[in-house]
Amino acid sequence: MPAPDFATARRPGSLNRSPTSPRTLFASAMTVLSVLFTLLALIPLVAVLVYVVVNGLPRLDIAAFTQLPPAPGLRGGGFGNALLGTLLTVAIAAAISIPFGVVAAIYLSEFGRDTRLAEWVNFFTNVLSGVPSIVIGAFAYAVVVLTTGTFSAVAGGVALAILMLPTIVRTAAEALEAVPNDFRQAAIGLGATRMQTTLKIVLPAAVPAILTGIMLAIARAAGETAPVLFTASFSRYWNTTVWQPTATLSRLVFDFATAPYASQQQLAWTASLVLVALVLVTSILARLVTQRRRK
Amino acid sequence: MASTTDHSSPMNRKRSATARSIDNGFVWGTAAVAIAVGLLLVAIALRVGTDALPAIQKFGLGFLVSNRWSVIDGAFGALTQIYGTLVTSFIALLIAVPIGVGVAIFLSEDFLPPRIKQPIVFLVELLAAIPSVVYGLWGIFVLIPFLRPVGIWLNANLGWIPLFSTAPAGPGIYAAGLVLAIMILPIIAAISRDAMVAVPAELRQAAYGLGATRWETIFQILLPAGFSGIAGGVMLALGRAMGETMAVTMLIGNSNTIDSFSILSQGSTVSSLLANQFAEAGGLQVSALMYAALVLFGLTLVVNVLAEIVVRRFSLKL
Repeated sequence: MPAPDFATARRPGSLNRSPTSPRTLFASAMTVLSVLFTLLALIPLVAVLVYVVVNGLPRLDIAAFTQLPPAPGLRGGGFGNALLGTLLTVAIAAAISIPFGVVAAIYLSEFGRDTRLAEWVNFFTNVLSGVPSIVIGAFAYAVVVLTTGTFSAVAGGVALAILMLPTIVRTAAEALEAVPNDFRQAAIGLGATRMQTTLKIVLPAAVPAILTGIMLAIARAAGETAPVLFTASFSRYWNTTVWQPTATLSRLVFDFATAPYASQQQLAWTASLVLVALVLVTSILARLVTQRRRK
Repeated sequence: MASTTDHSSPMNRKRSATARSIDNGFVWGTAAVAIAVGLLLVAIALRVGTDALPAIQKFGLGFLVSNRWSVIDGAFGALTQIYGTLVTSFIALLIAVPIGVGVAIFLSEDFLPPRIKQPIVFLVELLAAIPSVVYGLWGIFVLIPFLRPVGIWLNANLGWIPLFSTAPAGPGIYAAGLVLAIMILPIIAAISRDAMVAVPAELRQAAYGLGATRWETIFQILLPAGFSGIAGGVMLALGRAMGETMAVTMLIGNSNTIDSFSILSQGSTVSSLLANQFAEAGGLQVSALMYAALVLFGLTLVVNVLAEIVVRRFSLKL
């Protein structure tokens, strides 16, 4: 094979990088553009965080966490009942979705791997995670609110549980699949049944990763508004039972953001700050935990 | 557990029938729960469909092409809302796809040392974690006051284009579309980045070896190779945009009539209609809302299933 003749190449000396050649200019322009796009993408994050912190901090006091929402036009007050309501609905949601999600994940990862059934369940779960949260709210409304005749924390919890389920199934299945096969072989070799292997060996090994997924799902659910909008609905008072309309932080933000009263708008910002802090702290914690495990 | 089997020969050890049935029961139990989780999707479709039945019987497919939503007259048609859903999602894609893919390229190439790159990747992911209702609150008090002068300028100078033919009233389709773009951008960026990182290093090396510049490699090798992943990500983002509720409800103006194609005018989406009316609805209106929910469910289902198929069928087999 003869040596390439550089002298007759289209651009003599093209092995040298020329900053003015069209190809280099195009590449430089595109690099600048992609940097600009990345900066542009980060602007909303910074802007949202800054505004939420600046507007939310002034009312981040004890009263905000312990008192009932102020009547229209009055100053002060808090979102104590909404905070409690969020904890209540999310707890109900977790109590429903964690057992179902983890058990389904056990099947997908331990017994059904590579079967047609597992493939279908995976597919349906993925599609379920794409169902709009407001449609899930409509479903929970039909199933719980219409049946029991009242908006309730339980109805909100059911809606949030459906919303959390795909995340929990996916993260739990991934966590279980990441457990080395040696563990299973050793357990089976020692005479353990499949149930013993799963419950005593594989599941405990996967618990930290499963918990990370559950934490993320819970943080997301706490910020969700559409599913609780007409299931938990809203209330200005403290809850005495789980079968009554229940305020949530996210619904309070929605209601008070569009209210014409300064004190209510102020509380909406502070409640947003609490929600954002909750989600961000969980995300960052989850990330630190995962990173440490990788090392 | 009492064992009745003969333990004299190690080769002859068998579990008792109870032990085996418990074990089998456990396996089948997990399978049953997995099936139940899968069937939840079907249950949602069936229940929403059943509750929508009275409205489906009364309005039929006319529901989809009528733009009259009148609670007083009991006449319901969701064209305005379906139009709003499609237009806001389209605006969001128009903005978020180029920026999202640009971000994905920037964060998958080695422009930055990993030490700086990883935190940026994480920050972009955090964008997706901020609750929708917080974007709505921010939109009302920050984004709309900022956008309004832009809208007024567009209307004053480019008002002859039907898209800008109305004077902006503050909230409107354009504000909702923009906030949707912000919300789906991280999805597009994250999935596109995964797709590009997954392209085998040999392809890139071969392109560089043939003398391609970095951006020639990106446009002619990496983007085509990662196309299925990017397309799947865009579809998922579209599904998310169509179903997104709170931020849109707070920013779109919630007008149930539409008289122009202007994106500066107020409108509504299927999801904002549900958010606004469900709690106080009764009788046929509930059924009509369920019909609207079913339409939204169908739209997002099609988009999400297509996304799944695109990703599965065309993903690189490594």
